Amino acid sequence: MAELEVRIAVPSAARRGEVIEIKTLAVHPMEHGFRLDPDGKPIPRKIINAFFCKYNGELVFAADLHPGMAANPYLVFHAVATDSGTLEFTWREDGGDVFVAERTIVVT
Amino acid sequence: MAAAIALTGGRRPETSDRIRLTLPRAFERGDAVPLMVEVKTAMTDADYVKRLHLLAEANPLPEIASFHFTPRSGRGRVVTRIRLAKTQNVMAVAEMGDGAVLMAQAPVEVETGGCK
Repeated sequence: MAELEVRIAVPSAARRGEVIEIKTLAVHPMEHGFRLDPDGKPIPRKIINAFFCKYNGELVFAADLHPGMAANPYLVFHAVATDSGTLEFTWREDGGDVFVAERTIVVT
Repeated sequence: MAAAIALTGGRRPETSDRIRLTLPRAFERGDAVPLMVEVKTAMTDADYVKRLHLLAEANPLPEIASFHFTPRSGRGRVVTRIRLAKTQNVMAVAEMGDGAVLMAQAPVEVETGGCK
């Protein structure tokens, strides 16, 4: 499967109940499907169409993305720091490829 | 407005100052316009934003993104970057946990459209 270059900023530690800020970016052209190649043929749409963030298996934020999202889709959102564990980030591309990354957090 | 109503299952959004939608008033390049949207809510089981939609009705496809929250999201806030084909109003529509549908709009002037 192809790779997706991603950047994730999430605090490595937080206090229980604290609302943490999470920043994610996927390096992706978000080809919106309205462009023509030099021969005048339409360039097919290929975008990241969905994003999910799970915290210890529970969905805490999700996004449906459309061609109106800029290239290199950037999302800043939040989550309540409940327990130490894993934040799992998933990007889904047109065509069905799925890219997953994880970060751990210590909650005290 | 038609696209907004379609997204909310036929409910007409009410303009509300509980949504803060921040974009530059004018931006040179429509291909990556910075946007911040926040719904003022406690994010408790009784009061939270469930879904938040971004729309640009003068784009070839008005829907830009739909964000899904739970009380565990902590805040009903998103920062992102969007494409705008031309100068227009950007719309944020919030579906609240209690069924209310709220809306805010912000005008943005773009010099170069973002669909090239």
